[in-house]
Amino acid sequence: MAWFKRSKQNISPHSKKTDIPDGQWSKCEECGEIIHNKQLELNLWTCSKCNYHFRIGSDQYISIVLDKNSFKELNKKMISDDPLAFEDTKKYSERISATIKKSNLYDAVKTGVGKINGKKVVFCCMDFNFIGGSMGSVVGEKISRAIDEAYKSKIPLVIISQSGGARMMEGAYSLMQMAKTSTRLARLAEAKIPYISVLADPTTGGVTASYAMLGDVIIAEPKALIGFAGPRVIKQTIGKDLPEGFQRSEFLLENGFIDFIVNRKQLKEQLSLLINYLS
Amino acid sequence: MAKNILDFEKPILELENKIEEMRKYEGELDISNEIKTLEEKVLQLKKNIYENLTRWQKVQLARHPERPYTLDYINLMTIDFVELHGDRLFKDDKAIVGGLAKLDEYKIMIIGHQKGRDTKSNLYRNFGMPNPEGYRKALRLMRLAEKFNLPVITMLDTPGAYPGIEAEQRGQAEAIARNLFEMSKLKVPIIVVIIGEGASGGALGIGVGDRILMLQNTWYSVISPESCSSILWRSWDYKEQAAESLKLTAEDLLEQGIIDRIIPEPLGGAHKNYTLMAATLKTALKEELSQLVKLKPEKLIQNRIDKFGKMGVFVE
Repeated sequence: MAWFKRSKQNISPHSKKTDIPDGQWSKCEECGEIIHNKQLELNLWTCSKCNYHFRIGSDQYISIVLDKNSFKELNKKMISDDPLAFEDTKKYSERISATIKKSNLYDAVKTGVGKINGKKVVFCCMDFNFIGGSMGSVVGEKISRAIDEAYKSKIPLVIISQSGGARMMEGAYSLMQMAKTSTRLARLAEAKIPYISVLADPTTGGVTASYAMLGDVIIAEPKALIGFAGPRVIKQTIGKDLPEGFQRSEFLLENGFIDFIVNRKQLKEQLSLLINYLS
Repeated sequence: MAKNILDFEKPILELENKIEEMRKYEGELDISNEIKTLEEKVLQLKKNIYENLTRWQKVQLARHPERPYTLDYINLMTIDFVELHGDRLFKDDKAIVGGLAKLDEYKIMIIGHQKGRDTKSNLYRNFGMPNPEGYRKALRLMRLAEKFNLPVITMLDTPGAYPGIEAEQRGQAEAIARNLFEMSKLKVPIIVVIIGEGASGGALGIGVGDRILMLQNTWYSVISPESCSSILWRSWDYKEQAAESLKLTAEDLLEQGIIDRIIPEPLGGAHKNYTLMAATLKTALKEELSQLVKLKPEKLIQNRIDKFGKMGVFVE
């Protein structure tokens, strides 16, 4: 034991807070910069010093990507029904109602139609604030119906993914949402309707292994964690430390699994351009 | 033999040992009646135990090291098997096997996860945990089947897709997603059979089809009971409860409308009688095939989309 032991961490504690209360300051998790929230919002929740992309919710993405007041939400109030009467340390039904109250969301995705620079799109955005953005029956059904909407109305589809994977508390039902959404995307692809997949931090598990990886074009925000197995599971399995930058957007770009990395400030314009090319 | 006895099977083994012991004296003493009574007792006990298994006990049976694996079923059910290797992109994954075979009058493409029996073969098979190249090999074989109009049979038995650095590097998620997408629109019939463990995306990666069959003592869910326990209870000790909560047995899944049919296993599990198990499965497969080959590709695909579209429970 050394006499003078210095903790590796900075003095600042790591705050995981994502919902930023009004009129306060936020600290960048990457560089420690203190940013006023108004400034942060103007900067689309990215750090002005190091370009760190703060984790944000579906409402923020809607305001960033879609034309003002153009979003019309579909199936807004669809909620989970706890089909397995699942219980761990807490009842799933209670977990659901508590999360609905706390997060002001009905489940982990918002779906609807909106406009990007005047061009109509079907837009889905997941939300990490709702049970880790996990996919159960509601997410699977809402995404599937959104795909159907794009198919029927022949308008492009954009999905922003942000998810820890399939939701355990709905067992095999959750697993089947991967198949369900993929079958619908196959039909959409046959009809030659473009689908652009945007990956935000984090996108892992069953969501990555289904619709998130099936875009005609796949783009990701900088340094987003994207993978199938979570880093902790991999570390446990192989018993070695993981390389720097493993499973981050830049790693996926290097290995050929995404088309490009997009800064949040360019997200709308890039989506607009892609849609223009593909439809 | 005794090393593979599960805890709940011990009372059966004890009785069987006793009978064995008595047999030695059968010539000297007149105890054939006692033996007969004991044998009836064993049968009764077996029925009692195996017909009232908990979900966790079924998970244990699904993982039984003597259970038949994909290649066993291929050997027992089909003739003229030609194994095909490689994904043509990177390498040949030994955790997924596949090839052409004849199931009586049907020429088929048969693909499945493959586990090993001992340490050496388990290392060779990577414990039945595929890397991306395994899913890509499976897809290549399915496309081949489509081209030459052969029905596809897939057999699921994996503890999961391999969670490793290289697997992620080569796109484990993309490989599975691609298979779900491509299997959705494959123009030939696909029958999926869960023959052991159906662990999450690693199983589903070859699991989209027109009929989903499940052997009686198998499990299929979004996560293994152990991992579920470690995440939700933050301890490995709640696997029994997790198995109960996940409702992951064949009966559960039939009730949930996720599978179409349960294939009964011999008393005590598939490993107690390979021949009978394979024969039962073969009959079921032929029944399903005879229905599916009548359908036109467009109808087949539409039904497949509708089938998965119905899965899920929610309130509007």
